Amino acid sequence: MSEPIEEQEPAEEMVERAEPVEAGSHPHPHRPPRMDVDALLDDRGTHIVVCCGSGGVGKTTTAAALALRAAERGRRTVVLTIDPARRLAQSLGLRELDNQPRRVHVANLPSGGELNAMMLDMRRTFDDMVLAHASDGRAEQILANPFYQTISTSFSGTQEYMAMEKLGQLAATGQWDLIVVDTPPSRSALDFLDAPQRLGAVLDGRLIRMLSAPARAGGRSIRRLVGAGFGLFARAVSTIVGGQMLADASAFVQAFDTMFGGFRERARQTYELLRSPGTAFLVIAAPEPDALREASYFVERLAAEQMPLAGLVVNRTHPVLAPLPAPRALAAAEALERKGEAPLAAAVLRLHADRVAVADREKRMLARFTRAHPSVAVVGVPALPTDVHDLDGLREIARRMAGE
Amino acid sequence: MALPIAGWTEELARVRLHVVTGKGGTGKTTAAAALALALATGGRRVLLVEVEGRQGIAQVFDTAPLPYAEQRIAAAPGGGEVRALAVDAEAALLEYLSMFYNLGFAGRTLRRMGAIEFATTLAPGLRDVLLTGKVKECVGRTDNRGRHVYDAVVLDAPPTGRLVKFLDVTRAMADLAKVGPIKEQSDGVVRLLHSGDTAVHLVTLLEEMPVRETMDAVAELDIADLRPGAVMINRVRPPRLSARSTTAAASGRVDAARVRSGLEAAGLELDPACLDGLVDETVEHAVRVQVEQQARQQIAEIDLPLLELRDLNGGVDVGGLYELAEALTDQGVR
Repeated sequence: MSEPIEEQEPAEEMVERAEPVEAGSHPHPHRPPRMDVDALLDDRGTHIVVCCGSGGVGKTTTAAALALRAAERGRRTVVLTIDPARRLAQSLGLRELDNQPRRVHVANLPSGGELNAMMLDMRRTFDDMVLAHASDGRAEQILANPFYQTISTSFSGTQEYMAMEKLGQLAATGQWDLIVVDTPPSRSALDFLDAPQRLGAVLDGRLIRMLSAPARAGGRSIRRLVGAGFGLFARAVSTIVGGQMLADASAFVQAFDTMFGGFRERARQTYELLRSPGTAFLVIAAPEPDALREASYFVERLAAEQMPLAGLVVNRTHPVLAPLPAPRALAAAEALERKGEAPLAAAVLRLHADRVAVADREKRMLARFTRAHPSVAVVGVPALPTDVHDLDGLREIARRMAGE
Repeated sequence: MALPIAGWTEELARVRLHVVTGKGGTGKTTAAAALALALATGGRRVLLVEVEGRQGIAQVFDTAPLPYAEQRIAAAPGGGEVRALAVDAEAALLEYLSMFYNLGFAGRTLRRMGAIEFATTLAPGLRDVLLTGKVKECVGRTDNRGRHVYDAVVLDAPPTGRLVKFLDVTRAMADLAKVGPIKEQSDGVVRLLHSGDTAVHLVTLLEEMPVRETMDAVAELDIADLRPGAVMINRVRPPRLSARSTTAAASGRVDAARVRSGLEAAGLELDPACLDGLVDETVEHAVRVQVEQQARQQIAEIDLPLLELRDLNGGVDVGGLYELAEALTDQGVR
């Protein structure tokens, strides 16, 4: 964080800057409502804030900044991060995050305020679940099964599933006023909602049984459906993945069978938790077409699932700080350059014109989103010129998010 | 201030499979598309492939979503063409199975039942083996006169965080059958990926995290015995201030009086708030330029050929892609 920037930015200006759709040459009729971050964090009815969005938009930083702000506004807060990057750990001054919330030392918190942070260890969370739900012999059998090792470390939905599980656990302790959740760095923002079901389908075991013994388990109905094709398919799959893998998978599913109902029930409870009024989803994006497209999908999906959306956070915007139209700035810069005068002023005018162009592009992107989703509250977070590494940086991000 | 650009090397000119990766949000699909156009320039045929089901190629070329079929997506300057393919693991598995087993109409039903998806999730490595297997097939395909159908294949690969795992077919195969057609196929993939026919290009921005991830990725590629190709610096913006003014402004020192008199000389009478705003913008610009300079120094330490793609202020459209491709050609890409 650079000192001079902070000094030179009076509060009124920050309000301007936090509103990327406000200033500019193309006022838009569908001006979205402004998201009130402080109202969300101060609302004692808000217990869970889920930050979701595509990769590379700053979800982890946003989640940590929100948690810090909530703590500084007197709430007992925990932030659950999934992103394996060490960024959050560094910015929170923690050497390692070990699947348990750890207290973060923040100076001058008001009474009741507390910041805790943890990083999800999906393998451990899965192991703990198995140990908690399986009888002794069974648990060891499951943990030692090679197929379990694959599922618990490499399966693409496991991280999402375990994030939900961990969220459920944290909520169940009743220890926290507010849980802020970062979501896994998925290929698509929607994976977070779909993955638990995908993993559920694998654990369900119907298909594994059919593949390992199609004649018995599939029954006549399947045969009628796909005819001899299924037998061939099962043989082909077995040739490809190897008989041993199928045998392991089958043994795993059998051992897992008794636990499966419990797993599914927990996943259902967490899903209900996400739909409850105490939960707020924040969709995080950057002012880029891909990120905003993903944000659109997510907003639609949340609506379809009747999950409560609090708003869209657009990170790293570049609002214009001086109301000077770009053409005038460029004409003046050219005049100065022609005369070979005042190179500093000419440079200032050019970099201002660059900035207007960037801001206009960002506004166009955002306007497209807002046209499709006019009722979604939006807040722009002006970019810091450098990366965030410490609590001061997180605090500044949070201030910008809150429009201070 | 720009460091000399190493450009495209002889070795890179011989590469047949260009894998393009980068941290999320660095614009790797745009870079891959521009690279494909540049490689096709002058009458060559290039295939641009994506594997993550994002339909990113269709988006940058502003066309309808791609089917699982190779189709022409753009003409390149000088008579070349770019074709595009979105590889889908489930379709690849069905295609693969039908090469060895006659599944007939069952394929579609199996797919509807989720059996295909299931088979590819049963062994997570299988998905990657199928995807890279299809890419390898495209790279190696020849016409009836024995010539390569594609002069080059550009793969819009998973982001840096997942890339090495994706390309580590040997490890993925440890999960799978040790004999049979898929083993033979994957042996071929391993040979291709670890040969001089393949290079992994890394797209980055001049920002701290993307550069760090690029450096980490290079180290990971070395360990996995995969060859890093070029570093593609995306969204390069021109510095506007002189070196001296940059240093001063980055530490908060902008001579506002001098700026104001300069503006007045150009006929601009601005109110104090507007002038303050310009000064703030100047400080932010200078800080950013310094961060970019540090990023460049770090990138220089990696010692790989560098390519630059300038920032297209209006956002990237098809016209912008051609502009970037031309810039790549000017930097020696062929």
